[in-house]
Amino acid sequence: MMKSNLIVIACFFIGILCGMLGGDELAGYCAKLPTWLLYALIIQVGLNLGSNGEMGTMLRNVRISNLLLPLFTIAGTLLFSAMASILLKTWNVYDCMAVGSGFAYYSLSSLLIVQFKEASAGIEIATQLGTIALLANIIREMMALFGAPVYASLFGKFAPVSVAGINSMDVCLPVISRYSGKNIIPIAIIHGIVLEICVPLLISLFCR
Amino acid sequence: MFVILCLLCVGIGMGYLFRHIHSLKRLENTISYTIFIMLFVFGVTIGANKTLVDNIGDFGLQAALLAVCGVLGSLLASYLAFKVLSGKGGNDEK
Repeated sequence: MMKSNLIVIACFFIGILCGMLGGDELAGYCAKLPTWLLYALIIQVGLNLGSNGEMGTMLRNVRISNLLLPLFTIAGTLLFSAMASILLKTWNVYDCMAVGSGFAYYSLSSLLIVQFKEASAGIEIATQLGTIALLANIIREMMALFGAPVYASLFGKFAPVSVAGINSMDVCLPVISRYSGKNIIPIAIIHGIVLEICVPLLISLFCR
Repeated sequence: MFVILCLLCVGIGMGYLFRHIHSLKRLENTISYTIFIMLFVFGVTIGANKTLVDNIGDFGLQAALLAVCGVLGSLLASYLAFKVLSGKGGNDEK
């Protein structure tokens, strides 16, 4: 998973280089993110969620208390992202909450933001906010990976799960189980799945 | 937007119905490939955009601020959740 993250980042930077060097012709082809590719991605994410054994783990462990943590994560993240808009003059409350709604799922969230924002604000603004979403959510993933022991000791065993966002079910699961204990694993997986479903919902809501 | 949500639901439903079909296990790979292509395309869009490339430091700072805010919000919320949920006696009892 970590390896594929590196490839993702490499693809992105090679893309940037090609854009800078290749100039207008290549950019012309790529001016609009192919919508059908996004649809293909979404349907794959859905298929994967549905067919995955983790969905079974989730359904067997559904308790109100387990579903509460993702709600706390969503509320906390959105509240503080909204407050960031006070400092960021360029972006309004909804833009900031859209970026926060990525919950460290940088690849899907940035693409969704570009797609949805383009309809209402044009490609220029959409690309800018998408770039910010990509960077912000990569930074969040890094903070989740490397800060887990600190969060667990200062804010309790749910903190590493919450900060990891969607990655609590895959990339960050090893660190989480190490610092929060093994019995948190079902909660962490449910947390990731619920957030994964919420990412497109919330982003489409805030990018209207 | 509506299309996206429908596709997500249809995908989850179909994935659950056909979860025993073996080739679905390879989806993780095809998801990665789709994301590679899309982020490459996104990268090209960013690279060709002069304003964006010239101000990348500025955008990076804004991103860092948003990331820190998101993390802080999650930390406080999870602390609250920890107090509320463990006050009720952990997650398995009762």
